[in-house]
Amino acid sequence: MFPDTGIGKESLVIKTFIYVFLIAGAVTMALPYVWMLVTSFKPLEEIHAFPPTFMIKNPTLQPYKDLFSMMPMMRYMFNSLFVAGAVTLFNVFATSLAGYAFAKHKFWGRDIIFFLFIGSLMIPWQVNIIPGFVIVKKLGWLNSYKGLIIPSMAWCAFGIFLNRQFIYSIPDDLIDAARIDGCSEFMIYRKVILPLIRPVLSTMAIFTFLQQWNNFVWPLVVIHTSRMRTIPLALAVLTGQFGSKFAMVMAGAVVATLPILIVYLVFQKYIIKGVAMTGLKA
Amino acid sequence: MGEETFLQKLNRQKISYLFIIVPLALFIVFQLAPVFISFLWSFTKYDVLSSPRFVGLENYRNILFNDPLFWKAMKNTVFYVLGVVPAGVCLSLLLAVAIDQKIRFKNFFKSIFFLPTVTAIVAVSVIWKWLYAGEKYGLLNYWIMKLGFQPVDWLASPEWTLPSIMIMSIWAGLGYNMILFLAGLQTIPSAMYEAADIDGAGFWDKFFNITLPLLKPTIVFVTMMSFIFSFQVFEQVYIMTGGQEGIGGVLNSALTIVAYLYDKGFQKFQMGYASALAYLIFSCIFVLTMVNKRLMKTEVRY
Repeated sequence: MFPDTGIGKESLVIKTFIYVFLIAGAVTMALPYVWMLVTSFKPLEEIHAFPPTFMIKNPTLQPYKDLFSMMPMMRYMFNSLFVAGAVTLFNVFATSLAGYAFAKHKFWGRDIIFFLFIGSLMIPWQVNIIPGFVIVKKLGWLNSYKGLIIPSMAWCAFGIFLNRQFIYSIPDDLIDAARIDGCSEFMIYRKVILPLIRPVLSTMAIFTFLQQWNNFVWPLVVIHTSRMRTIPLALAVLTGQFGSKFAMVMAGAVVATLPILIVYLVFQKYIIKGVAMTGLKA
Repeated sequence: MGEETFLQKLNRQKISYLFIIVPLALFIVFQLAPVFISFLWSFTKYDVLSSPRFVGLENYRNILFNDPLFWKAMKNTVFYVLGVVPAGVCLSLLLAVAIDQKIRFKNFFKSIFFLPTVTAIVAVSVIWKWLYAGEKYGLLNYWIMKLGFQPVDWLASPEWTLPSIMIMSIWAGLGYNMILFLAGLQTIPSAMYEAADIDGAGFWDKFFNITLPLLKPTIVFVTMMSFIFSFQVFEQVYIMTGGQEGIGGVLNSALTIVAYLYDKGFQKFQMGYASALAYLIFSCIFVLTMVNKRLMKTEVRY
């Protein structure tokens, strides 16, 4: 923040420059989205019309109808929602419970195990994915929800780390008081810890959901049947097979983006604060 | 509690183990074990159908000395990283500084720049593929022609495929870096700027003499994160170049190292070779991370 002191000539020039820069940037950011939306409502003649325009003369829902008749999009939506939802639920619950144990319990091997979790954050997915695929194949989980969901649940190191850090700062007295009142460890987790770490958990839930919804590489590797595809996978197949049907492909992009956009608009503040706080990436 | 045996201790601690057992088990099976397994496999020939056959260092030798495609992919990746990281970091830093001024619609700008970060990179790539579309109906080419230039063969020419992907990646990464920079900017004491104002410093004086030096830790962090992320670029390449000719674009002009690994591992099923590739990628990233740690240690004092 550069506080303005004088209303000098320079500060006015700079301010104008800043607005021009930001507005130009914002337009550049929004443009591809607008173009996607416009294209998805254009009839064929207008797609190929020259010059391309942002105005639609005869808006049509045909691209969406084509899309939903060509591919079981509802099924794909459900797949994505189910997988992302299941992983998110598990992650929020499991990482906070484990985070509590790592933060407030003393047990044999605690530091080594925690260190392993943290160390794994440095390892790129390229290293795990080949054996991961073979393990899933050997378990007979290819092309199944199990294969999509359970290995994704294993990416919990960062969540455990985050929860541990927050729970660590909760005073021990609170926990001891609950213990004296006869609370079991699980009750302490539920009644004392959970309410206090709600902000962390909501941030984590949003990010896990976004990451899972947008996840591409893992579904690409373990899913080979049409019915088990998630939305990003379906979108990839769509561009691969019907790359020239631009309106339909853009309709697909709209379907893939819209739910996320809604989540984003609702939780914007959390998301941006979450990134600033933790460096999480969707 | 003096005379507690090891077993008694374990019994007392069993609730703690109960709390961590599920994520730990999953972690061991799907994260930890694979790290070792792929290390072992990198010394074998393995096609998934028959069991792995030990070949010593052959994979590594072949990759490094007999595989022109590996070096092509490496060259492409380095080109990509060296293009995307400096441009992305500089632009997002400028954006962050601009948004951090006393301006209206701060949150609006923040949200709109951040939008691509939450959008699936697959969807972003699909949209840009359409923006880049051929001479006739591509929006970008239409504007380029309107400005009086020749249309560009974005994704259909070996010269432009990788730069096209790079432009898109810079666009898509701006918001994320910007938010990290904004967080960094908040740590600079405003007294610094007030003092500079009293001394009559202008906007750029303040930028170069206060903001840049004090933001150094954030700049180092963001740069290194971008290095590591962009080194692993994959989805963009898969979507924008995938098709009939396979991943990598015309003449493999946009084949990056992770895309190459995917091709070897999951299209040609040379799991041993791909594992060796994975470990080479890992070592590159490890070196980058270590450099990062070193740079982070050079603290700035004020």
